[in-house]
Amino acid sequence: MLFASILPLILVFVFAFSEVRLVDIPRLGTEPIDWTLDNFTRALNNPSFWQALGTTLLYSTLTMIGSVGVGLVLALALRRPFRGRGLVRALLLVPFVLPVIAAVTIWQTMLNPQYGLVNTFGREFLGWETAVGFLNTTSYEVWGIPIPLSLLVVVLFEIWTSAPLSFLFITARLQGVAPGIEEAAALDGANGAQIVTRIVMPQLKGVILLLCLLRFIWSFQSFNEVYLLTEGAGGTQVMALKVYTELITRADIGSAAAYGLLMSVILVALLAVYVALSRRKVDVE
Amino acid sequence: MSRRRSALAPRPAARVGRFIIVALALVISIGPVLYGVLLSLRPYSAIVRAPLDLFPSLDEIDLSAYTTAMLDESQGGFGLGRFVLNSLIVAFGTVVLSIVVSILGAYAAARLRYRGRGGVNAVILGVYLFPGIVLAVPLFVLLARAGLTGSLVGLFFVYVAITVPVSIYMMRNYFLALPESVEEAAIIDGASMPQMLRSVVLPIALPGIVATAIYVFMIAWNEYFYALLFLVQDRALWTAPLGISQLSDFNVPVTVLLAGSIAITVPVVVLFFFAQRYLVDGLTSGAEK
Repeated sequence: MLFASILPLILVFVFAFSEVRLVDIPRLGTEPIDWTLDNFTRALNNPSFWQALGTTLLYSTLTMIGSVGVGLVLALALRRPFRGRGLVRALLLVPFVLPVIAAVTIWQTMLNPQYGLVNTFGREFLGWETAVGFLNTTSYEVWGIPIPLSLLVVVLFEIWTSAPLSFLFITARLQGVAPGIEEAAALDGANGAQIVTRIVMPQLKGVILLLCLLRFIWSFQSFNEVYLLTEGAGGTQVMALKVYTELITRADIGSAAAYGLLMSVILVALLAVYVALSRRKVDVE
Repeated sequence: MSRRRSALAPRPAARVGRFIIVALALVISIGPVLYGVLLSLRPYSAIVRAPLDLFPSLDEIDLSAYTTAMLDESQGGFGLGRFVLNSLIVAFGTVVLSIVVSILGAYAAARLRYRGRGGVNAVILGVYLFPGIVLAVPLFVLLARAGLTGSLVGLFFVYVAITVPVSIYMMRNYFLALPESVEEAAIIDGASMPQMLRSVVLPIALPGIVATAIYVFMIAWNEYFYALLFLVQDRALWTAPLGISQLSDFNVPVTVLLAGSIAITVPVVVLFFFAQRYLVDGLTSGAEK
């Protein structure tokens, strides 16, 4: 436990405040550390840092809404028993169980400009004039409106793989909703929509908030999905990719640690705001 | 006499809407996977020629993508068989060590009252939520310093480190659900702590332990990032996900990549369906605490 969590945490701080590069690793620990704030000033003065932050926030927010929303709709749709429900439920979980690399390979094939299903279908039946580069297009005009195409593809991918987990959590909570109140409301003349919004949804509030929080945190730090799908092309440079680039491509340990630390600080700050806001809401109620 | 509609029975319109949602969801979630499986069965040239012919005709079915993916380079393949073996070694090692450590850790977290218990639980949750990429930097340096980058042993230690918090969290829920009186009875009957753990607690908690083990296996089996950081230079040591992603940078036919992806998916999907109910319980119990 100690080796796994506390020591690395301390080391992040040490590295972030010192000039360390990959070539220095063999000499680490033998020389005194020169404490410096250079890594942070460089990061904060770098426009690409702010761009990565913006991308990450957009990515996590959209993913959070999509993943929890889809999970909620599915959980409600599968609420009443029907023949084959168990099988349907199991099949819906497949994208969640699929190894990331397999999911990415399939999506890359599907979106491939030459032989991908989406592009050939689009050209044959929807009248697309040229193949769309789904994984390397920063901005694409749809009816005159520019949309960040690749970022949206990555968001859709993450929703595809993570909505099943939201679905599971919400389904688990739904099983605890007592049917008695619903029956009473139905006898009093409430229709299906009213029962869902007035009786079921309030009981799901807790688990939905928790899921939003978890999904936001996880998407905020997501690396594998983005890196494997686009390698950061097409305006998908998220913060986690920045940390990786600083560490491996630029061989700058100090800078990578500083980026990582800033990332955690932002995450903690956002969480603090969230906790403060949800506390206040409870007080008002 | 017509049957009275139960007050809670959905209206026909709602029923149709629900059917459409479920059907659409099934197509979207399973469709791409089926697409991948079907393409992996066709020769590459046929895919380029007719990308929309999803279902291969019987004489077109071609399993050579699977053999090409698995065979060693010396036999004209891409060496995925060896990558799968590497993945198996690391994943099984991780499961064994991580589970042994977590059984003790989770039991302590669930039962023993010691000073700073709340603090330790908070640390476990904190590590679980802390950006993994941030810890990657110091872990990379530590292992490089210990000379363990470029070895499966280094990867194994990292996997144990990242799976222990998750599995403690999952197993703690199972241990909390055990009736404490059983343990007390065993202690009163003169069992020592380890004896009691082995012969009373473990048998009852076994489903939970198996579920956690499978989940840990899935994490280790899917892991890509640390494998990329530590092993990218040494082709002989690549794990299966790393191997497939590296091969996609070379000019490897897409059918081979898909065949490899499907091949490494089958074991996890089988495991998951085998233990689905327990896994779902473990992942979702305590969701609202």
